[in-house]
Amino acid sequence: MIELIQTYWVYFLVGQYPKGPLGGLALTVLLAGLALVLALPLGVALGLARVSPYRIIRWPVTALVFVVRGVPLLMVVFWAYFFLPSVTGVKTDQFGTMLIALVVFDGAYLAEIVRAGIRGVPKGQFESARSLGLSYAQTMRRVILPQALRHMLPSLVNQFVATIKETSLGYIIGLTEVSFIAAQINTQVFTRGAEVYLLLGLTYFVLCFGLSRFAFWLEQRMARRRDVQLPPQPLKASA
Amino acid sequence: MPSFDFALLQQGQYHDWLISGLWVSLLLAGLTLVFALPLAVLVALLRISPLALLRWLGAAYVEGIRNVPLLAHLLFWYFGAPELLPEAARQWLYAGNIELASAVVALTLYTAAYMAEDIRSGIRAIPLVQFEAGRALGFGFLATMRRVILPQALRVTVPPLISQTLNLWKNTSIATVIGVAEMMYQAAKVESTSFRSVEAFAFATSAYLAVSLVITGLGAWYHHRYPVRTA
Repeated sequence: MIELIQTYWVYFLVGQYPKGPLGGLALTVLLAGLALVLALPLGVALGLARVSPYRIIRWPVTALVFVVRGVPLLMVVFWAYFFLPSVTGVKTDQFGTMLIALVVFDGAYLAEIVRAGIRGVPKGQFESARSLGLSYAQTMRRVILPQALRHMLPSLVNQFVATIKETSLGYIIGLTEVSFIAAQINTQVFTRGAEVYLLLGLTYFVLCFGLSRFAFWLEQRMARRRDVQLPPQPLKASA
Repeated sequence: MPSFDFALLQQGQYHDWLISGLWVSLLLAGLTLVFALPLAVLVALLRISPLALLRWLGAAYVEGIRNVPLLAHLLFWYFGAPELLPEAARQWLYAGNIELASAVVALTLYTAAYMAEDIRSGIRAIPLVQFEAGRALGFGFLATMRRVILPQALRVTVPPLISQTLNLWKNTSIATVIGVAEMMYQAAKVESTSFRSVEAFAFATSAYLAVSLVITGLGAWYHHRYPVRTA
């Protein structure tokens, strides 16, 4: 196993990078990060639409979110892979295809996180902002969303972990991310599949477990902060 | 782009392929559910065991499985694990449907890790005093479990288990990577032989969606019929 790592570790981490396109673990992390960053604004927009007072906005977005959440990610990837070129007329590479599929898929999931976050802010906050003369948009932007997004932080890190795991589906459309590279290594050494895939699993584990511990730590820290910021105690009546 | 061809989906070879894919997907999900539930109960019991070693073992299982993508599990169980078996067992496996067997193993282990956590939090949601009160009223251990603890725990546990089943249903699609002839695999096959990609993917999408809706509806019905009661 040591010898396997010594021979292939560079290939595993960055693919053919300096001489060819970036691949391997670096591509996995890059793709997941980029997908989450791009999905976040989409998720906020969809989440806002989900709680919108206008039915004409709320209903189509609700339907979209339900459809995307009801089908496997692989289905979204296939639609993107086969139809993006015919719709846009531009031939998208595997990275672009996977990125778009992930952004749409994560956007729908984030929409629900955002919606739950908005619902979690007490109604009084909304009412007092409106009665102070802020418009609906201002209330959302300056009062509700800042509070909702803060509570979402641990969920966001968990979503990043989920996204890292989802990038592995790039394997199916031939994107040279870390699972694909592992499969390539397996065909080269041929008889040591168990070791190669065990190492692949271990790599994902270290990355994802580390991040989920970080999410847990964030959650704990925020819970402690909430305890500290209790409403001010009533003043004791002086004798 | 040619117009949408409904006839393609209603009869003929492509229709048969897609329908057989749907059956294999349902079979895969059903088999996995049957094996994963008992395993999940076992892991959940490990997680709440009084022995630190067993608790650690349960935690290691859950974290080890959940932090690795299903695709990597499938690749391991299909390409890696059979090598570790003795020659005779391997021959026997390759003679049968090794794709389906590997997929069921990977999906079972994966799904059980998620379900175990739902079951664990369901059991923990029932206050200990409920158990003590049952015993104090003269019920035996089993009677307390059956009449007091489990009816309450089930109400808390079943809804998340139903949503895990929904995830399982969607996850069966990934088994296509190791060549299980499920719906995604058949849709891709229809696509590559007939170039009728819209029809093939529309069929798969609506089938996934329909089953997902049924599972979601089941969850909503259960939640309505057996609401969580606070003690």
